Amino acid sequence: MAHGPQPGLKRWLYTTNHKDIGSMYLWFSFAMFLLGGCMALVIRAELFEPGLQIVQPEFFNQMTTMHGLIMVFGAVMPAFVGLANWMLPMMIGAPDMALPRMNNWSFWILPFAFAMLASTLFMEGGAPNFGWTFYAPLSTEYAPPSVTFFIFAIHIMGASSIMGAINIIATILNMRAPGMTLMKMPLFVWTWLITAYLLIAVMPVLAGVVTMMLMDIHFGTSFFSAAGGGDPVLFQHVFWFFGHPEVYIMILPAFGIISAIIPTFARKPLFGYSSMVYATAAIAFLSFIVWAHHMFTVGMPIAGELFFMYATMLIAVPTGVKIFNWVSTMFRGSMTFETPMLFAIAFIILFAIGGFSGLMLAIAPADFQYHDTYFVVAHFHYVLVPGAIFSITAGVYYWLPKWTGNMYSEVMGKVHFWLAFIGLNVTFFPMHFVGLAGMPRRIPDYALQFADFNQISSIGAFLFGAAQIVFLFNVVRTVMGGKKASDEVWDNPEGLEWTVPSPAPYHTFSTPPVIR
Amino acid sequence: MLRGFDRLFALLATSLSVQAVLADEQDVERWGLNMPRGVTEVAQTTYQLHMLIFWICVAIGALVFGIMFYSMWRHRKSKGYKAAQFHESTAVELIWTIIPTVILILMAIPATKTLYDIYDTEEADLNILITGYQWKWKYEYRGSEVSFFSNLSTPKAEIDNLQPKGVNYLLEVDEPLVVPIKKKIRFLITANDVIHAWWVPDLAVKQDAIPGFINQSWTRIEEPGIYRGQCAELCGKDHGFMPIVVKAVPQAEYDTWLTSRAADAVKLKELTAKTFTFDELFAQGEKVYSRTCAACHQPNGQGVPGVFPAIAGSKIATGPLTGHMNIVIDGSEVNPAMQAFGEQLSEVDLAAVITYQRNAFGNEMGDTVQPVDILNFKNKQ
Repeated sequence: MAHGPQPGLKRWLYTTNHKDIGSMYLWFSFAMFLLGGCMALVIRAELFEPGLQIVQPEFFNQMTTMHGLIMVFGAVMPAFVGLANWMLPMMIGAPDMALPRMNNWSFWILPFAFAMLASTLFMEGGAPNFGWTFYAPLSTEYAPPSVTFFIFAIHIMGASSIMGAINIIATILNMRAPGMTLMKMPLFVWTWLITAYLLIAVMPVLAGVVTMMLMDIHFGTSFFSAAGGGDPVLFQHVFWFFGHPEVYIMILPAFGIISAIIPTFARKPLFGYSSMVYATAAIAFLSFIVWAHHMFTVGMPIAGELFFMYATMLIAVPTGVKIFNWVSTMFRGSMTFETPMLFAIAFIILFAIGGFSGLMLAIAPADFQYHDTYFVVAHFHYVLVPGAIFSITAGVYYWLPKWTGNMYSEVMGKVHFWLAFIGLNVTFFPMHFVGLAGMPRRIPDYALQFADFNQISSIGAFLFGAAQIVFLFNVVRTVMGGKKASDEVWDNPEGLEWTVPSPAPYHTFSTPPVIR
Repeated sequence: MLRGFDRLFALLATSLSVQAVLADEQDVERWGLNMPRGVTEVAQTTYQLHMLIFWICVAIGALVFGIMFYSMWRHRKSKGYKAAQFHESTAVELIWTIIPTVILILMAIPATKTLYDIYDTEEADLNILITGYQWKWKYEYRGSEVSFFSNLSTPKAEIDNLQPKGVNYLLEVDEPLVVPIKKKIRFLITANDVIHAWWVPDLAVKQDAIPGFINQSWTRIEEPGIYRGQCAELCGKDHGFMPIVVKAVPQAEYDTWLTSRAADAVKLKELTAKTFTFDELFAQGEKVYSRTCAACHQPNGQGVPGVFPAIAGSKIATGPLTGHMNIVIDGSEVNPAMQAFGEQLSEVDLAAVITYQRNAFGNEMGDTVQPVDILNFKNKQ
């Protein structure tokens, strides 16, 4: 068996190496991030002024739908899987993932799924236009013909995610180096283990709901059609039973990354390791019993409203534990502010703001005013952009020297950070105001009183987009060359990944390391 | 539409001139930051609840971020600060679990109380059935003959930036929902096609309109006024173009309005028997078309390829009259986006719009449909 990568394209097509597959996941997700980002810029350009200027309402709806789908399934989820592929084996002292061929397969079906999804833009009737939450009957009886391609794309993405999750669980449970007990695992490993269980639990639910749509559209059933004895609200229950755990799938691995970065740059151990593990598990459990807080206005009985309101409010407790732990870790540390640390601190602050608006949204009577407005848009972008995107970015800067053996440019990293930080807040903070003042979400044109804040949001969005170009440039430059990184890279960081050379050899831990 | 020709012209003329005056007199309230305080008790309670939770969040944020920024300022390596090594404390973990839980319980108490108020739809003085359609609202006053559709009245030219935008751009309708003040009004909310949501921020009423379900909500407006809202649930192409306008008036004014609307309904029925000239029908048909059909089939009748069929040169509009009446009155059997307009439009408007479609966009069929033809067609079914 060869000990190095195969030459040329075969390396990438046939590879079973966790590092190669991790890199492919990360590049793929970045490409999707740019594609979804361009769609966001179309949306923001149209909303720059009242009136219809650039696109028509049909196409606007396709943009909001595709932006959401691509960002959730194409950018955030594959990026976390990419980081898991790169880091989990190195963090637990394993030579590779447990199921390397399945690993190759779970990556390589993704480009086909997204090619199929993107191709709907060129079909007669256009791409899916019913929002990323695709509520029936808008997504069934009233959908464009391309909805069938959308359904199959979702099926493939789901299969990829389930295979990825099985692989991660198998790796973590079976391949830890001797002495690496569960409660010694780095938090990134813990959070991914829990995330993988969430994926296995809910991706089949998503597959189920799109299959029911397929039956309604092509095989004459009426699961979601009231005229045929079905129930449009059933769709929402099933969708959000998937959808709420899904949002935690996009945030729990982020908690793991931040829990690695903060102690390194504070030069102080994480304040409460075990409480962080328990808090993660608590959030994962609660994520299964809060789904109908997305549906406070569908006309649930009051007992249901109260249950979902109380359960949702409870999530603030373990989330608070996490925030308090990170702040306590920083407190009386000896901090430096390299790019990963800047992104991590911004994560804590902005994710907390998203958490606050989340708590406000949990209050059912107030949600009657917030629901389906830009306040909700502001809320979930505050948890997803700083939450998922910033943590992924922080992780990339943190581990890039280990992957490539070269240091990235700290100056460009800081430029990237400040552009992104300012761009993000200029884009999304005003959305709180227009939402409270009464602007519904998913509209291509708006009343005049919302004009000023929308204009500001649009300017911020283009700034945020420009920041990503700096990121791309910095990463490409680091991959090509640059100042050599030491094996430890940072100042005495914790974790097995820092004990191997930089760049990490193609095969690491062919013999298991000794755990102290 | 329960409306005669004369009434339509008068309404159109007055609404246009009123609008022009308004645009001069009042300016749009810009830079709106917060939820409106509202004009009902429930809206005001909701506002107070919102502000309470907001300030609690601000206080917690100030505390946590304050400690964090202090630490970032003081505990830097560049200032020579040596890291402490403390970690793990069950006592501290318990404290920051229990205190937030207590705060949450304190929040839950007023929230639960307000929710019970919102859900108390019993003993209403007036019931109004609200039905969401793509992309308009239908209001039916229970216990009376009065029912009508409420469409966006902002001209397409304003949306396309060909005309300056009026002060109530996208928040104005041809016929507002008129309700009496100081009366408990129950809204029964449903939909005809996809899910919509009926939302008026000043009343703090937002309820999904779902086909096959009848949801309930209620309000009791204290002050006369005009309150504007929008559909809040994505419902297709023109989701952003189906506003809601509620006009709250004193009881006496409401009674007069309701009586005159009921009389209009009778007058319109009489018009069905009248024979109109081609020009009358064509002119009225153009108006109905732009209000009802143009959103999908486009103002020029060309449709949108692959989505909405063209009227210009279409097989139906240039084919036998029965087929044309059939699709307009009963809708399409294969494409649910083509609604059944038989119950939505009056016989006069149906006759006018079919006449228009058969003679506009170069179709030149030269035939005329009279309201009585529509009535006969409906009766045959």
